[in-house]
Amino acid sequence: MMRLLPHPLLSAALVLMWLMLTRFSLGHLVLGSAIAVIAGLALARIEPPAPRIRSWPALIRLFGIVTLDILRSNWAVARLMLTNGRHGARRSAFVDIPLRLQNPVGLALLAVIVTATPGTAWLEYDQESGVLLLHVFDMIDEDGWRALIRDRYEALLLEVFA
Amino acid sequence: MSGLEGLPPWLILPVAGFLVLGSTLTLLGAFGLLHLKSFYDRIHAPTLGTSWGTAAILLASALSWSWAEDRVFLHELVIGICVMATTPVTLMVLGRAALHRDRTEGRGDVPPAPPRTEPAPEGADKA
Amino acid sequence: MTTLLWVALTYAQITLALAACLAAARILIGPRAQDRVLGLDALYIVIMLLFIVTGMRLGTPFLFEAALIIAVAGFVSTVTLGKFLLRGEVIE
Repeated sequence: MMRLLPHPLLSAALVLMWLMLTRFSLGHLVLGSAIAVIAGLALARIEPPAPRIRSWPALIRLFGIVTLDILRSNWAVARLMLTNGRHGARRSAFVDIPLRLQNPVGLALLAVIVTATPGTAWLEYDQESGVLLLHVFDMIDEDGWRALIRDRYEALLLEVFA
Repeated sequence: MSGLEGLPPWLILPVAGFLVLGSTLTLLGAFGLLHLKSFYDRIHAPTLGTSWGTAAILLASALSWSWAEDRVFLHELVIGICVMATTPVTLMVLGRAALHRDRTEGRGDVPPAPPRTEPAPEGADKA
Repeated sequence: MTTLLWVALTYAQITLALAACLAAARILIGPRAQDRVLGLDALYIVIMLLFIVTGMRLGTPFLFEAALIIAVAGFVSTVTLGKFLLRGEVIE
């Protein structure tokens, strides 16, 4: 089982995507499964360790929090655009955030979260020191942003990927 | 064969609302892209279009097609996941490229490069 | 009620076309290479959305596949350009 499906999550996602893009039928199920298995085997050659998710509830909670945050920050940034940055009072800044998270998949997920939320941009991560450089569109409180990234996202990601 | 003619009123309202919301957000993002002063500010602008701008238009499309084709139509989900997963990569690469170029040219206003212990300085060749 | 849908579709098309013009203007005025690449990325996204809206209006699902291809092609081209700006070469 593990030898045929070294990346079960990837293979399952590929089968689902194949069925979404085509009409559901037995033939497409077989074809999609074959492609998913081959793709999983091919990826195992390139990158051996598959990501292991420790805690599904934490991942689902993270997903909910992020969806809400994306909605909220979309509204905030759209309003800033409309009011011309609170009539010139908006100030953007760089923030450096030391991260405890080391897992590459966790870091990738954090990058997706930070970028998908309008108002924050991931610029650079230094692997040696584990410091992340963020650019924040509307900077009010620098330590507030550090605490937000640490407590809101990183804690949950640490729980998921450990 | 336009299947959208026969949409029921209760479905037209959310579809129209999502269309207007998504396109307005995308326009605001593009406006910011043109209007903002520095590159690091501008990098925030397109994320309006790639997050809820895309999501709302895809939702509208998925809703109307699901009705017209009489089955759950999930093509849109694939595009949504594709955009969601690829935008961070593009913006990260662009952000790093901009930082790197600004640092090698010695422009102000950017934080210095993190100290490296290995001697090989990367990117000695300039783009 | 269909008129409302028609108005919304027209509004979305005009708005997205305007957004594409703004992104194209950013590509033209630069001022630096990374600004142009950022504008190109935004242009790709806007055009992809425009394809989806136009597909809804015309009632053909075929524009949808085109939108998917634009999304993927836009990603690859932007990352390649960004890589080029970062290192001065595409493949290391």
